[in-house]
Amino acid sequence: MELFERSAAEIARDVQGGTVSAADVTEAVLRHVHAVDGEIGAYLTVLDDVARAAATRVDERIKAGEKLPLAGVPLSVKDNMCLTGTRTTAGSKILEQWVAPYTATAVARMLDAGAIPIGKSNMDEFAMGSSCENSALGVTKNPYDLTRVPGGSTGGSAAAVAAFEAAIGMGSDTGGSIREPGAFCNLVGFKPTYGRVSRYGLIAFASSLDQIGPLTRTVEDAALAYEAMSGWDPMDSTSIDREVEPVSSHLRGDLSGLKIGIVKEFDTRALGDEIDELYDKAYHDLEALGAELIDVSLPTADYGLATYYLIAPAECSSNLARFDGVRYGLRVEGADVHDMYEKTRAAGFGPEVKRRILIGTYALSSGYYDAYYVRAQKARTLIADDFRKAFAQCDLIACPAASSPAFQFNAKSDPYSMYLMDYYTIPMSLAGLPALSVPCGWITPPGGDRPMPMGLQLTSPLFTEKLLLGAAHAYERATQHASKHKPAFDAVSGR
Amino acid sequence: MSETMSAREARGPHEVGGAEARPERRFEAVIGIECHVELKTRSKMFCGCPNEFGGEPNTNVCPVCLALPGALPVANTAAIEHMIRAGLAFNAEIPAFSKFDRKNYFYPDMPKDYQISQYDMPLTQGGVVRYWLDDGTMKECRLTRIHLEEDTGKSTHAGSGDGRIAGSTYSLVDFNRAGVPLMECVSEPEIHSAEEAVGYLESLRRTLQQIGVSDVKMEEGSLRCDANVSIRPVGSTELGTKTEIKNMNSFRSVHRAIESEIERQIAVIESGGRIVQETRGWDEVKGVTHSMRSKEQAHDYRYFPDPDLVPLEVSRAVVERIRAELPELPPARFVRYTTQYGLDVKQATQLIDNVALALYFDEVVNASGNAKQSTNFVLGDLSRLANETQTPVHASPVTPAHLAELIALVEGKTINSKIAKDLIERMWRGEGSPKAIVEREGLAQTSDPAAIEKFVDDVLAANEKSVGEYKAGKTNVIGFLVGQVMKASKGKADPQLVNALMKQKLES
Amino acid sequence: MNSHTINGSIRILSSEKIDVRYVAKLARIALTDDEVERFGTQLSDLLEHVDALSRLDVSQVAATAQVVESRNVERPDEERPCLNRETVLTEAPQRQGGFFRVPRIIAE
Ligand SMILES: [Mg+2]
Ligand SMILES: [Zn+2]
Repeated sequence: MELFERSAAEIARDVQGGTVSAADVTEAVLRHVHAVDGEIGAYLTVLDDVARAAATRVDERIKAGEKLPLAGVPLSVKDNMCLTGTRTTAGSKILEQWVAPYTATAVARMLDAGAIPIGKSNMDEFAMGSSCENSALGVTKNPYDLTRVPGGSTGGSAAAVAAFEAAIGMGSDTGGSIREPGAFCNLVGFKPTYGRVSRYGLIAFASSLDQIGPLTRTVEDAALAYEAMSGWDPMDSTSIDREVEPVSSHLRGDLSGLKIGIVKEFDTRALGDEIDELYDKAYHDLEALGAELIDVSLPTADYGLATYYLIAPAECSSNLARFDGVRYGLRVEGADVHDMYEKTRAAGFGPEVKRRILIGTYALSSGYYDAYYVRAQKARTLIADDFRKAFAQCDLIACPAASSPAFQFNAKSDPYSMYLMDYYTIPMSLAGLPALSVPCGWITPPGGDRPMPMGLQLTSPLFTEKLLLGAAHAYERATQHASKHKPAFDAVSGR
Repeated sequence: MSETMSAREARGPHEVGGAEARPERRFEAVIGIECHVELKTRSKMFCGCPNEFGGEPNTNVCPVCLALPGALPVANTAAIEHMIRAGLAFNAEIPAFSKFDRKNYFYPDMPKDYQISQYDMPLTQGGVVRYWLDDGTMKECRLTRIHLEEDTGKSTHAGSGDGRIAGSTYSLVDFNRAGVPLMECVSEPEIHSAEEAVGYLESLRRTLQQIGVSDVKMEEGSLRCDANVSIRPVGSTELGTKTEIKNMNSFRSVHRAIESEIERQIAVIESGGRIVQETRGWDEVKGVTHSMRSKEQAHDYRYFPDPDLVPLEVSRAVVERIRAELPELPPARFVRYTTQYGLDVKQATQLIDNVALALYFDEVVNASGNAKQSTNFVLGDLSRLANETQTPVHASPVTPAHLAELIALVEGKTINSKIAKDLIERMWRGEGSPKAIVEREGLAQTSDPAAIEKFVDDVLAANEKSVGEYKAGKTNVIGFLVGQVMKASKGKADPQLVNALMKQKLES
Repeated sequence: MNSHTINGSIRILSSEKIDVRYVAKLARIALTDDEVERFGTQLSDLLEHVDALSRLDVSQVAATAQVVESRNVERPDEERPCLNRETVLTEAPQRQGGFFRVPRIIAE
């Protein structure tokens, strides 16, 4: 097995143990990135020098006797997270040349734990999208089929990890932006409880929903990444001051004693026979591992999409106001300052960002605020209540992570059909719950010639990451879906 | 400046009736004042940048107050407590629950292009400002609201020569001030003259300064105010169309601007015109207000709760702790000084504006039990010495206890006022207890009639010429003769006794 | 587009067209006529989907602004280091000396 193909846990163990250096791992990964990323397009910026310097530092720290849980682990950082001295674009023209003068807390924690920042990864502009096609700065392809999207908005980090261009990808999930690309790219995509990971330095999309989390090839790696990045941060008022339990050392082997809820309203028959069978099989596998399956109801989950598409745009319309051409980023000159604002923002934002700013501005505007924004916030209460009631009956909820495997480029031309991709992931985001996607099988989509991965979504109550990752680990170990097929980059790299 | 509305109206163009008619008020002004007050904290409202005036442009900035992508606000505890302090000082209610909202609008010196403010659940609710006028009348004006928000940066308008926004071709922005905690304080329209407006502002300024929440310096911009002015016929209860007056840079310009605007509005109405709702700028040089922008386009600020900040629960324990820490407030002190101690408005105000001196004064009154003498010494000799030596009274060697001792010596006629004057200079130089000095140097007043008679007889004997002049009718030489006695007694003779005895001897 | 109150709950009517130009002005985004047309249609479509919310009875429901309840997250009044001015101004689209420079400001 090539160095760069190893899991984060393996690399960290070997680098810590001195059998390989962080510098060697980093060189191997960088070589691989330069070989394949021209075709995959995971990265917007490859940080050769930064990565090498970080590797040297990690090797020194190891020599000095430090214990680094992520020693030498190659990391892909979504380009909406600040890293001092590096270009941080959020996938937008408006920030195309912006160099961050400070580092996001979550990124700083990963680096402090010994991870090596290989590059800044592509994403849907300002994390608005489900395919990475909304990036203004590059195209990212799904490593399992280069004619298909990697998912979004964390498409770059997902593709990077799937193509072994990193072992851990840092993503942000607002309505499914870690879980859906995780499912599309045969990865574990994990969104912790809202507030578990600091948002300081994460370029905001929707503040009350945004949450940083990892994309990895194994549940164990997700647990390691989560332990390193999470915890209270005095710089983020919404981060939670609550102890993070050790997770990676408590991963379980079975699901005995757990009740897993299957959501009545999420009827997979609507997704076609093949997908329906796949999820049936997944649920039975959970049962076979000792879980008791029970029916639960989330009667208002169906309103998730409508709720989300008011709250998220409303918050984004305000969060993105600061991109005004005054202090940083793109400016298009104008006759006066308002003309400058309008021209700058017209040129700097892509159509999806404009759409959401407009809808959010409208939802907050005088006369509509109560009808839209406040009403959506109330619906949000109902959705969270539904989960609370369901979790009175079960420990975990299982459902699809996405309604289909990765689709082809330009397949979703009308905005609403793209929004539907997040149907299964949005309710958990609205409720702030921890949720993850774990590989659960393969489907060859109509018209495709390669099997594409599917993801099972598991959700648990607030702050029960240990339970959630433990259960996912048991499922992963028993089923081994992820290893059934390899990504298609061999052809690309010409190996 | 201190001219009152009614006095000015008495000779204004808006008198009723003909030449013989008695001047009568036909219009009443209705004024509301909106203030922005920068709070005194070490760091800014939502970040750790220093909260300080001046400084090289764009040096007190960080990712948060520059609104760099990804930066987040965290609220400053001290600013929140200042708000509670201010609320309690104005007798406002402190609700148990409060939150921050975003006020969305674009402006180049506002980094986020929204301002973190408070909309429907501010930290304090209601309240009232008590103030007094030059004649000592106490007045009240209720507060509509006080809320906490953040200041903007500063734009300098350039390219036009005169620094004004109109005609400038570009602007330069400094974000040092961006994010400084700012209290917005809006009054009800319950102020009816320029004089009342200034009285209100003075009381607001003194109170905020004395409870330590702000420096309240208009010249440094830590207090900025706008006035909403309208007029209505006397007796009417309806509100007239108001104009908003901006660009007032001192209390004096507030007074002038409001007077000028009232006069303008009366003239418009009397000539059959209508007041247009608009923002008007005060022109300090021309002494008039001018239209800045007419008919505000309705702002759509799209307020919503700031999702980056969590709600505030204000515990009763915190409220009570802060309440207990509050000092005596200016209006209460004013009433105490003028009604209990008999100070005049000027004296009371002078003390209230110098808290250290007022506290010193209170100690002297407590120790001496004599408000009148305390006032005389503190505002008289001590304040003069403080001025001459550039040393505040409370920092001088004259302790309130020593001053009380001196007052007792004067009251008990142990010393006369001349010795007292001499003593206070010596106490100022650090000679300590006046009683000790008097005892040590035998400065006690001589009121023994026999001893005084001896002095008088000696002086009469030595000044026959003056005695003759007196007897010839030039009675004012008695002053000279008394002076000679005082000199001979080294100032210790009781001057009243000397005077009486001298007169008796000369006329016998 | 208007909101009406029916039986104490607000009903959303998406039958009217959004004033896209007004909204774009609030958001400070210049739109071409084409964009006004296209966004207008797309936004109306989305609002029709969102209209589903009017079927929910939320008259007795409290609004959720934040899903994880915490209170009084404050910081002590302490100074922290500022950014270096050159670092800050290097990113400015236009600067003059130590200032950010912007085009002429028109009083609204
Ligand atoms: Mg304000
Ligand atoms: Zn700052």
